[in-house]
Amino acid sequence: MTPLARFIAPGFWLRTRAMLVKEFIQLRRDRVSFAMIVMIPLMQLVLFGYAINTTPRNLPTAVLMQENSDLGRSVLKAFENTRYFRMVAQVHDEEAFDRLLASGEVLFAIEIPRGFERAVRRGERPALLVAADATDPVASGTALGALSQIVQTALQNERALPDAGKPLFEIRQHARYNPAAVTAFNIVPGLVGTILTMTMLVFTALSVTREVERGTMESLLAMPITPLEIMLGKIVPYIIVGFLQAALIIATGMFLFAVPVLGSLWLLAALSTLFIAANLAIGYTFSTVAQNQLQAVQMTMMFFLPNILLSGFMFPFAGMPAWAQWIGECLPLTHYVRIVRAIMLKGSTLADVHYDALALAGLMLVAMAIAVSRFRRTLD
Amino acid sequence: MSAAADIAIDVRGLTKSFDGRVVVRNVSMQVPRGAIYGFLGPNGSGKTTTIRMLCGLLTPDEGAGTCLGYDIRTQADRIKRHVGYMTQRFSLYQDLSVRENLEFVARLYGVPEPTQAAVAMIRRLGLAGREEQIAGSLSGGWKQRLALGACTLPNPQLLLLDEPTAGVDPRARRDFWNEIHELAADGLTVLVSTHYMDEAERCHAIAYIAYGELLTQGSVSDVIRQSALHTYTVSGGDINGLLHELSGRPGIDMVAPFGASLHVCGRDADALEKAIAPYRKRKGLRWERAEPSLEDVFIDLMARAKDNFQ
Repeated sequence: MTPLARFIAPGFWLRTRAMLVKEFIQLRRDRVSFAMIVMIPLMQLVLFGYAINTTPRNLPTAVLMQENSDLGRSVLKAFENTRYFRMVAQVHDEEAFDRLLASGEVLFAIEIPRGFERAVRRGERPALLVAADATDPVASGTALGALSQIVQTALQNERALPDAGKPLFEIRQHARYNPAAVTAFNIVPGLVGTILTMTMLVFTALSVTREVERGTMESLLAMPITPLEIMLGKIVPYIIVGFLQAALIIATGMFLFAVPVLGSLWLLAALSTLFIAANLAIGYTFSTVAQNQLQAVQMTMMFFLPNILLSGFMFPFAGMPAWAQWIGECLPLTHYVRIVRAIMLKGSTLADVHYDALALAGLMLVAMAIAVSRFRRTLD
Repeated sequence: MSAAADIAIDVRGLTKSFDGRVVVRNVSMQVPRGAIYGFLGPNGSGKTTTIRMLCGLLTPDEGAGTCLGYDIRTQADRIKRHVGYMTQRFSLYQDLSVRENLEFVARLYGVPEPTQAAVAMIRRLGLAGREEQIAGSLSGGWKQRLALGACTLPNPQLLLLDEPTAGVDPRARRDFWNEIHELAADGLTVLVSTHYMDEAERCHAIAYIAYGELLTQGSVSDVIRQSALHTYTVSGGDINGLLHELSGRPGIDMVAPFGASLHVCGRDADALEKAIAPYRKRKGLRWERAEPSLEDVFIDLMARAKDNFQ
């Protein structure tokens, strides 16, 4: 007997075919799996193809004009012409300049110093300051790389300037918050959020469907407990689990990668709790919609994918088209990545991150409201 | 509220359909307090659906009524506080211990001192020594006892038991029924669905449901009397051959073998006599008039209901 013949006993194809047919029938009945087969590749293609841009342009930039001069305006025009910078704010003092960067409203801030034009005309080669939020080196890197070109070309059409054969001014770069562009400083805070999203979603996404599948839900519904009580009872234990997990990741990041925590650990802890609760609420919502545990896991995956791609964790948020940014704003991870980076790397306070904190709270409440209203109190 | 004092369940015209298929049709029943009320019917006849409507797990499409004096449509929350519902499938937490399951239930119902209540119930169930055993690892009979214990722990006024003894050995079944009789003696109302005729006979009253319709209700003797079924038992001779000869003859509505004898039933006494007359003189056969058994009555009811629906 050949080795092959030993595997292929009589009736081998018949039984294999029976199994295959059965699997096809089950797959056809499983609408959610079927939708995944279509949706996942489409989603990936659209998101990767249209939304993601690793050399982001039109990055929000603030300007501090210490003098109102033609040359200053020409230089700014040159900045805009690179298409990397988009002037969104004009500030009048250094305090506002720093605050806009700290709050993350702008990624760059340009300061044209007092006496700039006069100094250029005298050939003194004055310096103008470009401060960058380098918490995400990918986002700031390419734009900063374009600065030398600006120095070369900005004033080439101006007349009556000294021709020294050398650049007429210089640009002093100031990469704030992560001056050495250490990737770990950017990745570790983002990873805190990403890992929490994955684990927290799965914990609660399975919780209700598990009860339904095991038949314990019928008893539970016949007992005097309300949907809100069930939800809170199921979410709170995992807040503690998630909190421990977050502490573990942050501590490991601090010890292994020397990631700084410049801001308040208490604030970080409080907002992490909010983020954990938001994800648990979303996972719980999935579990009230899904019909079985497999579906719940599939929904989690479908939700996780845009979280990874559109949150600014992996790819620069500011570089995405507006529609992708809108989707990103609806994801808790987007706000949390900003919050963690801001608190750890920038030492931001609640005042700096209040928008993202409110957004997290809002998303959590919306998810909870959907979950409670979706929860079926009867078996109808 | 005076009616509520002595009637536990009072519903009229309950109807429920799923996806256009009527599962329960126009069911009305009254169950007095303290009674053990048996709920019988073939698989898929609507027993579970009816029970679920009684405790607020399903909303009836039509019909209304009260359970323990509370409206089943609008006061499900109050009903749940006073009803113990034991589902057909074991629905305690398989990965919790006996004690943890009971404590969980006690806390949900706000039983004072849940830990003590659980300990007392464990002792009452005869589960002492198994408190810490994981519920999933209990045998079928013990699971059933535990589930009953969990239902009765919060001192309900009404127990709804959905096929509680399916797949349980006779000894455990007997213990289970003794327990139910004790609970009823203490004033608890019990509605229990079952397939077993011997269990039906342990009930104070029974209702029979088939194809979603309640066909008869009353005490066992009432139900047998109402059936107006005339029955003979035949024994001796070639029973198997006789079974085939008698089946389908006009005047004979049902023939069923019971061990070495046959039950021959007919709704019309004269027609039945006429039909069996040729066989009565056959050698070796012993014909005796008999009371129809509950099973005879139910099978006849089912056959008649089927005729009506087709």
